[in-house]
Amino acid sequence: MTGFVLRRLAGVVTTVAVASVVIFGALYLAPGDPASLLAGGNQPDPAALAAIRERHHLDDPFPVQYWHWLSGLLSGDPGVSLVLREPVTALIGARIGTTLLLVAYAAVLILTLGVATGVLAAVGGRRVDRALTVLTTVLMAAPAFVAAILLIWLFATTLSWFPVFGSGTGFADRIHHLTLPALALSGGYVAYVSRITRSEVRAELAADHVAAARGRGLPRWTVLRRHVLRNAAPPIVAVSGVTVAGLFAATAVAEQAFGVAGLGSLLVQSAARQDLIVVQALSLLLVTVFVVVNMLVDVLNATLDPRLAKEGAP
Amino acid sequence: MTALAIPVVRRAVPFAAVICLLVVLTAILAPWIAPYDPNAIDPLNAYAPFSAAHPLGTDDLGRDLLSRLIHGSRTSLAGPLIVVVAAGTIGATLAITAAWFGGWFDALMSRALDVLFAFPGLVLAITVAALFGSGFITPVVALSVAFVPVIARVMRAAALRERNLPYIEALRVQGFGAWRICLRHLVPNLAPLLMVQAAIGFGYAMIDLASISFLGLGLQPPAADWGLMIANGQPSILAGFPQQSVTAAVAVVITVVAFTAVAERLATRFGGDVR
Amino acid sequence: MTLLQFDRLTVAVSGRPVLRRVTLDVAAGEAVGLVGESGSGKSMTVRSVMRLLPAGATVGGTVRFDGADVGALDAAGLRRMRSRDVAMVFQDPRAVVNPVRTVGDFLTEVLRDQGTGRSEATRRAAAALSEVGVGDAMRRLQQRPYELSGGLLQRVVIAAALLTGPRLILADEPTTALDTTTQEEVVAILAEQRRLRGTTLMFITHDLELAAAVCDRIAVMYAGEIVEILPAARLHSDARHPYTRALLGSRPGAVAPGERLRTVPGVPQSALTAPPGCVFADRCPHAEARCRDVRPVFTGSAACHLLEVL
Repeated sequence: MTGFVLRRLAGVVTTVAVASVVIFGALYLAPGDPASLLAGGNQPDPAALAAIRERHHLDDPFPVQYWHWLSGLLSGDPGVSLVLREPVTALIGARIGTTLLLVAYAAVLILTLGVATGVLAAVGGRRVDRALTVLTTVLMAAPAFVAAILLIWLFATTLSWFPVFGSGTGFADRIHHLTLPALALSGGYVAYVSRITRSEVRAELAADHVAAARGRGLPRWTVLRRHVLRNAAPPIVAVSGVTVAGLFAATAVAEQAFGVAGLGSLLVQSAARQDLIVVQALSLLLVTVFVVVNMLVDVLNATLDPRLAKEGAP
Repeated sequence: MTALAIPVVRRAVPFAAVICLLVVLTAILAPWIAPYDPNAIDPLNAYAPFSAAHPLGTDDLGRDLLSRLIHGSRTSLAGPLIVVVAAGTIGATLAITAAWFGGWFDALMSRALDVLFAFPGLVLAITVAALFGSGFITPVVALSVAFVPVIARVMRAAALRERNLPYIEALRVQGFGAWRICLRHLVPNLAPLLMVQAAIGFGYAMIDLASISFLGLGLQPPAADWGLMIANGQPSILAGFPQQSVTAAVAVVITVVAFTAVAERLATRFGGDVR
Repeated sequence: MTLLQFDRLTVAVSGRPVLRRVTLDVAAGEAVGLVGESGSGKSMTVRSVMRLLPAGATVGGTVRFDGADVGALDAAGLRRMRSRDVAMVFQDPRAVVNPVRTVGDFLTEVLRDQGTGRSEATRRAAAALSEVGVGDAMRRLQQRPYELSGGLLQRVVIAAALLTGPRLILADEPTTALDTTTQEEVVAILAEQRRLRGTTLMFITHDLELAAAVCDRIAVMYAGEIVEILPAARLHSDARHPYTRALLGSRPGAVAPGERLRTVPGVPQSALTAPPGCVFADRCPHAEARCRDVRPVFTGSAACHLLEVL
C-alpha cells in the first residue's frame, strides 16, 4: 500500500514537472517577442520592455529562465501581473476561497444527488428507474453554459429565489450566490454519476456473494449497505473523483456566466487580456490540482478495494 | 467534459440521423436558405418577437435570429469536425506506431500522453488562446491536441490486441513488410473503432468549442456562432428577451444529442468502447 | 423425525420446467447426497429450501422445514430460518465471499446481526476456524479473500456455515471449484464436523462415490426428477435404475486400467425437452415402447418401468 502511494506520488511529480516545462515553454512557441507578450496587449516603451527582460531573466538561456520561474512559484512568489499591476498571489488569494466553495458545493450536489438517484434507480423498481432515466438523459445533454443560460432565464425573470450575478459576501450570502452556478456546473455530472451508480449497483445486486449474504438471513438493508453499496463504491468513487477533479477547470464557464469572481473567471479574463504571467501560474495550478485530486481518488479507491493497489500499478 | 452517455433508444436513432442530416445540409446551404444577411443590422427592429418575417425574432441589434442560427451552424459544425479528424489522424498514427514498435518508444509515448491527459481540454484551450489570441483556429488546434490522448489511448489498446493476433505473425512470416501490414491490414481493421471514437468525440468537441466561444475566447463578434450567440444574448435575458441565447442553446443541445445518439448506435453496432 | 420434506416440488423458471415433482424426506441428523449431471436440478432443489430461486421462478408443491411450509414464511420467518436454522456452502468460495471485506467480517456478520457482541463474535469465529483446521485464526480474520487459497477459503465458508449452529447444512458441490488434492480434505472436514454436531446435511455432487462416502442415502436426479433413492452403503449392489447404473459404470475405477472409459451414451436431457414418458428413455439401453409414452411411478426405490426385469 505504501509502495502504491509512493509510486502514484512519483507519477504526479513527474507529470506536474513536465507540465510546468510545457506551460513555461509555450511562451516561446507563440509568435512575437516574449517580453512584449508578457507585457500583455498594450505596447510598452523600450525602457519598460528592458525592465521586463531584466526581471524575468529573458536574456538568460531557457533552463535558467525556467529555473527562475519555477523557484519563484515554489517559494510562493509567481510574480506580478503586468496588466493588472498586482501580485499573482494577491489575485489568486482573493478568489481561491470562492472557487473552492463553488467546487465543494457542486461536488456535494454531485455525490449526494448522483449516488442517491442512482441507488434509487437500481432498487426502486421499473417505474422509478424509467423516470430517472428520462431525467438523467435530459440533464446529460445540457452542457454547463446551456444550463447556466436556462437558470438565468428562469431565475432572472420568473423566480427570484437566487441571485443570478455576483459572488456575495459572508458565508451564507456566498452560498446563496453560488447556488445557481453550482447547479449549472453539476447538472450533467449528477446525471453521469447517477448512471454509473445505477449500473454498478445493479451489477452487484446480481453477484453471487450478495445472494449468499441474503441466503445467510441478513436483513435487506444490511445486505444493501455492507455488500451491494460497499462493493459498488470503488468504481463510483473513481468516476466521481475524476468528475470532481474536472470541476476546477469547468468552473471557468459557471463563474463567467454568473459573474462570480473566482479562479476560473480569472483564468478566462486573463487569457482575454493576454496576461501571460497569471495564465501560466493558474494553468499550472489547475493542472496540479487535477492530477493531485486524481491521485487521491486512486489512493482512496485502493483502500476501499486493496486488490487495486496490487494490480493497478501505473 | 460533460458526460454524454445517452442511452441509445433504438427507435429514436433514425430520427436523430435525420436531424444530423438536416443540420449538415443547413450548414452547407446556409447562404442560400437563410432569409436575411446574418449581419444586417436593423436597430429600429431590435428584439422583434416571433413573426412571419422573423420566425425566431431578432436580437439586440435587430439581426434576424433564424439567419444567424443557420449561418452559425457552419462554424459550429466545422470546428468539431476538424478537431475529430485531426485528433483521430494524429492519435491513431501515434497509437499504431507505438503498438507496432513497442519497447521504449511505446513507453515514452504513453508517458507523454499521460502528461497531456493531465491538461483538461478547457484549460489547454484557454491557455493557448492567451498565447495566440482568440479566433476560430486557435481553440480548434488546442482542442485537437487535447483530444489526441483520449483517442490514442483507446486506439493503442486496440492496436496492441490486433498486433498480437496470429494473422499478423502469419503475414510477417510470409515476408510482408511492416508498412504494408500496417496499411493493408492493421489500419482497415481498426478503422471502425476509430470512426466510432471520432463520432463520439464530435459531441464533446462541439460542447467544448461552444464553451470556449461562450467564454469569449473563440470567434469574436459579429460572427454568427452558436456559443457566441449564447454569450452575447445573456445580457438581453435580464432585459426579458431570452430568444437569442435560448434558440442557440437549443440548437447546440439538439445537435449534440442527435450526433451522440447516432454515434452510440454506431458504437454498439461496431463494438467500440464507448468511453 | 423428518426435518426436511420435499413434497411434489415443481419449479419452473420463466415458464421452463426445471424441477418436476421432486419428493424426498430427509430425517434429522441424516446426510443425503443429491447426485446427477449438470442441469439435472440438484442446485435448484436445495436452493428452493432457502427460497433462493432466480427471479421469475414459479413453485408448485411444498418444501417443509421442521414441519413449516417454507413457501408460506413471511419475511421475518424466512430471515430467521436462513440465519439460524439452515446454512449453505456454495460451489465457488471466491464468488460467495464478499471480495472487499475481511474474512472476519464474513464470519461474524450474521452473529453480530443476531446481537452477539463484537469480541464474543470474533472469539467464536476464531474458534470455528480452528475447528475446520485453519491455523493462525486471528491473522486469518484480518485477511481478505484474495489473500487465501481456494481450499482455505472454502474452509472459511464451512466455518461460517457451522458458526450459527444450524440444524441443516446445504452443500452445493462444495469441492468442484477446488483442485483435486484439497477436495478430499475439505469434504472430510465438512463430513466430520457435521457428524460431531449431528447436523443434517444435503450434499450435492456429480460424483457418486464421493456422495456414498459422505452420506447415508443417495438420491439420483435426472432432468429435474429424482429417479432413484438408495442407501449409500448398498450403492453398488442395490442400484437398479438404468441411469444410476450407467453413472456407476462411467467411473474411471469401473474399468480395468488401459481399457477405454465408459460414458453414459447420448447427451444429458433437460427438464424442458424431456419426453412425455420416462425422462431417461432416450438414452436408456433397455427402453421399451411404454417407457417413451408412460411416465413411470416412483415405487420403492426408483422410478422405472423395468425394475422387475433388470
